[in-house]
Amino acid sequence: METIKTYFFMDVGVMFGRSMRHIFRSLDTIMTVTLSPIAIMLLFVFVLGGAIQIDTDNYVNYLLPGILLMTIANGIGYVSYRLLLDKQRGIFERFHSMPIARSAALWGHVLVSLVSNAISVTVIILIAFIMGFRSPAGVLPWLAVIGILGLFTLAMTWIAVIAGLSAKSADSAGAFAFVIHLLPFISSAFVPVESMPGPVRAFAENQPVTPIVDAIRALLSNQPAGNEIWSALAWCVAIMLWTYIFAVRVYKKQG
Amino acid sequence: MIQKQIAISVQKLKKSFKNISVLEGVDFEVKTGTVFALLGSNGAGKTTIVKILTTLLKQDSGTAIVNGFDVSSNPEKVRQSISLTGQFAAVDEILTGRENLIMIAKLRHLDNPRQIADDLLKRFGLNDAADRRVSTYSGGMRRRLDIAMSLAGEPQLIFLDEPTTGLDPEARIEVWNIVKELAGGGSTVFLTTQYLEEAEQLADIIAILHKGRIIAEGTLDELKKLFPPAKVEYIEKQPTLEDIFLAVVAIKEEN
Repeated sequence: METIKTYFFMDVGVMFGRSMRHIFRSLDTIMTVTLSPIAIMLLFVFVLGGAIQIDTDNYVNYLLPGILLMTIANGIGYVSYRLLLDKQRGIFERFHSMPIARSAALWGHVLVSLVSNAISVTVIILIAFIMGFRSPAGVLPWLAVIGILGLFTLAMTWIAVIAGLSAKSADSAGAFAFVIHLLPFISSAFVPVESMPGPVRAFAENQPVTPIVDAIRALLSNQPAGNEIWSALAWCVAIMLWTYIFAVRVYKKQG
Repeated sequence: MIQKQIAISVQKLKKSFKNISVLEGVDFEVKTGTVFALLGSNGAGKTTIVKILTTLLKQDSGTAIVNGFDVSSNPEKVRQSISLTGQFAAVDEILTGRENLIMIAKLRHLDNPRQIADDLLKRFGLNDAADRRVSTYSGGMRRRLDIAMSLAGEPQLIFLDEPTTGLDPEARIEVWNIVKELAGGGSTVFLTTQYLEEAEQLADIIAILHKGRIIAEGTLDELKKLFPPAKVEYIEKQPTLEDIFLAVVAIKEEN
């Protein structure tokens, strides 16, 4: 047990290096992940945006937080997929029969998810910048945004881990993402929730995407964002804890 | 000292999945330095035994001692002295052959992973393909790499679960030669197979697993004695299609 603990970080490092190679040898995955958020951003800004009545002179600024969450929801699909491949190809079995910490294989995937999503999110922000996104925010608000996005990525990644571990085929591994994709549409990501009819508004106000979007939007526009930030953090941490506990249980059960 | 000479000792091993009983009290012993073949048809429980012995699965009852350590109470110690080559070549397709070997050597915390990878590549005839991605390898090359990965760190006991299933005849003979070489070098090999010829070719001791029990065990000669004495008959020996295939391929390669 002693040796296993000493080597844990080294083992996670090796796993991380392995999965990073996967990312950099299939950069098209970053393109696939960013393509649909970019398309939605273009669609909303240049086609639908004119008809959307929002009290803002820069709709790209308004839209960007929701698009970033969509990008992450897209990106984690690959986490499920890669996990499923490792499971199906017997790679997990090989690792588990070796004298290494069992969770090292899982943590490698999780860390890589953070890195690959960071790349995708950066791409989206650059595109948004070209489309006219501007932010008066200083270093601290930006760090807060990065922190929230990081937590959101982790929370989503553990969901993806559960999906990848319990999926029987590549199709079902990605199916869960569909629900996550819908959430931004029924939130404050594209239009204010006040414009929605009662029940829809009630849902939109009480689902995680709305406070997260509101918090990021406030931070990026230098508005006070106290309540939204706490609400966003609470959602992210709660989802992360639940999904983490559940994912580890699924992982252990699979032997 | 007695423990040193027994590599695997299994007693009254039972395992069922839900209500389906897979192992119904399995007993056998494997002596250090021998090749032990577990012969059985699909679904006989071969892989279940391998998974229990390699700590991937917990038995319901009975004991299994591997290299002197109980698999259920001391799995860490067991993992340190074994290696598993599973039913499907557990190789990382996106990495190169060399990277796969270095990764395993690092995970086994060996000194000088590069040197170990070089040596194994040479030994398994993978030098020319070392820096190509494994996705470009043939089935036989994958299997060779797979077994090479298992041998990093020279584990005392090597588990090969159906190592030739799905391989073409040439690749199968390559694998056989590897196993013979391992046996010659004094390693203990635990092999499962559904091919009678494979057990006959490779194993010192053969155990036949049928419906969750070992129904016969011994050397090939001992097993032969279980059957009525051989009658001498003269039959014209036709070459099998496999003989023809191998001969034709060999001639073609000579030209």
